Amino acid sequence: MEKRVTFKGIWSPLLLVLPQIVITAVFFFYPAGQAIWQSLFIPDPFGLSMQYVGLGNFEYLLSNSYYRASFVTTAVFSILVTLVSMGVALYLAVLADRLIKGSGVYRTLLIWPYAVAPAVAGVLWLFMFNTRVGVVTWYLGLLGYDWNHVLNGEEAMGLVVVASAWGRISYNFLFFLAGLQAIPRSVIEAAAIDGAHFWTRFRTIVFPLLSPTTFFLLVVNIVYAFFETFGVIHTITSGGPQQSTTILVYKVYSDGFVGQDLGSSAAQSVILLVLVGVLTIIQFKFIERRVHY
Amino acid sequence: MVKNFLLAGVSTMAFAAPALAQTEVEFWHAFTGRLGELVAEQVETFNNSQSDYTVVATHKGNYSETLNAGIAAFRAGEQPDILMVFEVGTATMMAAQGAIKPVYEVMADAGAEFDQDAYIGSVKGYYTSSDGEMLSLPFNSSTPVLWVNRNKLQEAGIDPNTDLSTWEQVGDALTQLKDAGVDCPMTTAWQSWIHLENFSAYHDTPFATKANGFGGVDTELALNSAAQVAHISAMGDWAKDGKFIYAGRRNEGGANFRAGECALFTESSAGYAGIKAEAEFDFDVRPLPYWKAVADEPQNTIIGGASLWVMEGQSDEEYKGVAAFLNFLSSPEIQAKWHQDTGYLPITKAAADLTREQGFYDANPGTDIAVIQMTAKAPTDNSKGLRLGSFDQIRGIIDEELEAVWSGDKSAQEALDSAKERGDQLLRRFEQANR
Repeated sequence: MEKRVTFKGIWSPLLLVLPQIVITAVFFFYPAGQAIWQSLFIPDPFGLSMQYVGLGNFEYLLSNSYYRASFVTTAVFSILVTLVSMGVALYLAVLADRLIKGSGVYRTLLIWPYAVAPAVAGVLWLFMFNTRVGVVTWYLGLLGYDWNHVLNGEEAMGLVVVASAWGRISYNFLFFLAGLQAIPRSVIEAAAIDGAHFWTRFRTIVFPLLSPTTFFLLVVNIVYAFFETFGVIHTITSGGPQQSTTILVYKVYSDGFVGQDLGSSAAQSVILLVLVGVLTIIQFKFIERRVHY
Repeated sequence: MVKNFLLAGVSTMAFAAPALAQTEVEFWHAFTGRLGELVAEQVETFNNSQSDYTVVATHKGNYSETLNAGIAAFRAGEQPDILMVFEVGTATMMAAQGAIKPVYEVMADAGAEFDQDAYIGSVKGYYTSSDGEMLSLPFNSSTPVLWVNRNKLQEAGIDPNTDLSTWEQVGDALTQLKDAGVDCPMTTAWQSWIHLENFSAYHDTPFATKANGFGGVDTELALNSAAQVAHISAMGDWAKDGKFIYAGRRNEGGANFRAGECALFTESSAGYAGIKAEAEFDFDVRPLPYWKAVADEPQNTIIGGASLWVMEGQSDEEYKGVAAFLNFLSSPEIQAKWHQDTGYLPITKAAADLTREQGFYDANPGTDIAVIQMTAKAPTDNSKGLRLGSFDQIRGIIDEELEAVWSGDKSAQEALDSAKERGDQLLRRFEQANR
């Protein structure tokens, strides 16, 4: 016998989901619609006049090789940030999970960096790697390595990846730890009795059982790397040297808010919106199938 | 429609205000630190000097952020009376008819005394329309000079009084400095402003067509001609040899120079306040060097800095207050003090004369070099200034291309050709947006 609560009529269910609908409409549909509308125009900065250009803004962007290059930069950046932040977090979570004494202290300390805003994290890392007074730069100099992210694009990329991934490790750590603790001890003990070593147990039991958490974090981290790392890029490199750390979202900002080119900026937001939408669909269609719940 | 309605609402409220209290004049600026204090001091002096108006000064972030705040506020119908806009935003503001009220008009409507000829020509020229009317009031204007660490020269066995007025001479000095083991023979701030924009004006070479954009929005960049390529190429060689140390796109190099690490430093004359406060070595101001091979003698340099724009949509009463405040800022006493405190140029001849009479130049040798460098020659079409749309972004492109030269990825010719091509695309878009 199935027991089901059903609503009579449409009004009460509508009323219950209304807050969520309103929030989505105000903070997502309205701005997204505005962006799509604005991407069809070249307006002047003050909003005094607008010229309809159809898909002209998109043509202008996609015919620009520097813009196309920024897709590659974004891909490299996002993959690195996701790998580094999830990899390190998983490693730390596995270690913390095995701790018997003092695990609370480690957990608390590891969660701290999450409270640091991206822009502040950027300044912290920039300070350590400052080419003139940075403490890490100084030690690297002793080792004979001349650190100069002001002119070296690869070093600049490395620095923004580390700075972006750092705060994220805490967040991922929390989820991984919770995931690990939800795995029944009996399963692992049974495997241990059968003679499986730690690495085998991890590979064949723990990691597959952790896959829902991993999948969730993958989606969340990619979205983070795409959108929320703006502060780090802004404070550390401003997209330079040359264009080596200009990711798509940073270009939206610099064209729109520094360059006052709102048409191009809106078109870029639309492209970004579509890109993230497609990525999410791919993730849910193909990767989620391999996830065991 | 909605905006007009809002504007009407705002202005009626403003009309109602004077009956209650002094008229408030809102002034948004971009200064922090010592400069912020000096602005606050100017505002306080003005507020205490009369009882009709109160100027309320608000810091809105750096130059770009302040301009953005002004634009966003205008769109919301809540713009300030006075907005500080940096020189690269000039073309954007000039094109925004309907958002700004030209300064000459503000002055005329308020019946205030206003003599455009009192301002220094090359400063005024940057902010006047093609028919000679002043659109915004010059506020802080500076021009690049060469800062010299005399101790470093001496350490390297160079006479600290050696002539460094040409790049040829600077090149020799850099070699000697490098050979003597100096880690940072030269560094720079604001690379595009100093080594391309000012370089072009100083050698009477166009930076852009149509008189650097003064002649119309259908201008194109011309920064890849032989003279500029030769200079950037020489700088690229110096970078490769470790004679020129690149520190960043803005004025990051200032920290290196003030700490006494660098021998030579090309930076704004307004670097004076900071260098004077921090440098624990003997320093010197020299005119910006020029290439003897390109020009027999230099033209004038151009300005950087900001001007004050009056926004449209305020009450007549507020505009009277604005006129009174702008006149106060241009008065010789206020300008002379500003010039002496900051190293920014005196924007009027009277302020320059007053400073000389007060004996400031005698007591602080070299502080008049920027003024002389700007005013020694009548400006040509190539040295009046720059008026280019999307200029902040174009500078970003130039920064990127120059970084490619400093790191050895591109030749000077390749980089400047590419800068022109990419910059021209932005100019065409600006032309389209402001047709």
